[in-house]
Amino acid sequence: MERYYQPEIECASPEQIKAWQDERLVKQVKHVWDNVPYYRKKMEEKGLTPDDIRSTADLHKLPFLTKDDLRLAYPYGLMGKPLKDCVRIQSTSGTTGKRVVAFYTQHDIDLWEDCCARAIMAVGGTNEDVCQVSYGYGLFTGGPGLNGGSHKVGCLTIPTSSGNTERQIMFIQDLQATILCCTPSYAAYIGETMKEMGLTPDQIPLKAGIFGAEAWSEEMRQDIQNTLGIKAYDIYGLTELSGPGVSFECSEQTGMHINEDHFIAEIIDPVTGEVLPEGEKGELVFTSITKEAFPLLRYRTRDICTLSRKKCSCGRTHVKMSKPMGRSDDMLIIRGVNVFPSQIESVLINAGYPANYQIIIDRVKNTDTFDVNVEMTPEMFTDNMGEIKKRQGELEAGLRSMLGISAHVVLVAPKSIQRSEGKAVRVIDKRKI
Amino acid sequence: MSLKQISVFVENKPGKMQHLTDVLAKNNVDMRALSLAETSDFGIVRIIVDDVYAASTILKDEGFIHNVTKVLGVAIPDEPGGLNTVLQVLNEAQINVEYMYAFLGGKDVAHAYMIFRVEDRKAAVAALAAKGIRCVEHEELAQL
Repeated sequence: MERYYQPEIECASPEQIKAWQDERLVKQVKHVWDNVPYYRKKMEEKGLTPDDIRSTADLHKLPFLTKDDLRLAYPYGLMGKPLKDCVRIQSTSGTTGKRVVAFYTQHDIDLWEDCCARAIMAVGGTNEDVCQVSYGYGLFTGGPGLNGGSHKVGCLTIPTSSGNTERQIMFIQDLQATILCCTPSYAAYIGETMKEMGLTPDQIPLKAGIFGAEAWSEEMRQDIQNTLGIKAYDIYGLTELSGPGVSFECSEQTGMHINEDHFIAEIIDPVTGEVLPEGEKGELVFTSITKEAFPLLRYRTRDICTLSRKKCSCGRTHVKMSKPMGRSDDMLIIRGVNVFPSQIESVLINAGYPANYQIIIDRVKNTDTFDVNVEMTPEMFTDNMGEIKKRQGELEAGLRSMLGISAHVVLVAPKSIQRSEGKAVRVIDKRKI
Repeated sequence: MSLKQISVFVENKPGKMQHLTDVLAKNNVDMRALSLAETSDFGIVRIIVDDVYAASTILKDEGFIHNVTKVLGVAIPDEPGGLNTVLQVLNEAQINVEYMYAFLGGKDVAHAYMIFRVEDRKAAVAALAAKGIRCVEHEELAQL
């Protein structure tokens, strides 16, 4: 039996959804105009006033926001509410200019948790379930988002956060966890570990998993489903918009329903910015129409995907997005963490290495491996192995503190890093996603 | 009282070491001692050659990262306990040996030669000399 957290919203008629969007967009544009000078200026530059936006049909007139805007406006420039009305921040992992700090009022937190609750019920969750949240807690949105959603559904929530896999497995077994929330690579790792412990899928109490924050293939879904004996569902979100739960998969497992009562999705040509017709592949753009503290209009996600309004067997009427098929910028998602090559470059330069490096990413046993090849220099070389290893270790520590995940530094011979047409190939992503 | 050692950075991949020996062979460089310290990614090849300047220039031209460091070449009586005596002297003088390896000499059958990398070379030479143990100069290499 299909379960819904808010059936009247999730299964509303397309006309009703459109009516909500029209009304909320107009209100949101006015809210932003009145409270966010940064965006008001962008509108003024295009000769727009809130009166020009009368319905979703006018959405395309509004200027885009990008990660660069978030950087320029950091930290308070895009806030729609005074700090006294805010109760929380969440942040992406980046510690350079790419950092995103998003603010939430209590109302924003409530709506975000509603979205996560919808995702949990869509995988069959009820108040009879035990939901283990093995996403990281803290600034990362994964843990707090699913934790809140799990509470709303009434699940017994186990906030294990990530790491300490033996303890994760102990809780799954001892407390009979039925739903697991984490990154797909961590789910695969937990599965492999359980298998090594001699556990067969029928001995594992889990029945469903909600896995997001990084790209994963259908093959990986099958692997996880087989090892853990569960149904594995995708979930999508961005800190900029709230966190996980912007969209989520239902029983059909053929794409993620976007919570259209909170977010308007568009697909654009990443080069021209033109809105593309339904079904075409392009960059996903979101307008948040209910958020108070951090109301982003036409935010370019840089994720490439398609949208579909085809009738879904689950009964939900909200538009579905495909799994992201790539990025329109150079951001990499490694073990669920956003990584920009420029961050690696700055660590190398600060440590006295030339900015000549290569990132090699692969997926071994469903876990991302992350090597950074760095060319040895005469200045860094010594006959003392201990000294070289110490420098290598310092570089790895620097990368870990910058990126939030660990990388393996591989020292390579000078001029050995591949160059094509005089330009270095910085990233080799061998993952089959 | 010291020898000049050339240390070369070599990736731990098939053919990389042979590329180094190939360059040395083509330029008629005669290695008198060699040791290799390695990790899974790379290694440091340490060699003693007669003509340090010539070998260093060749390596630089061929794009090898390398440096030249001073090490000790110690003449040890070629008999059981010979090395032990040397290490005992260094230990008593509280001199730490960073690494050491054997020398591929041959003409002088009465002695074995070992290369030592120590932090305080002068103190080591003095401590060894006090016990009648001799360190060799680079210029002597040809006769060893």
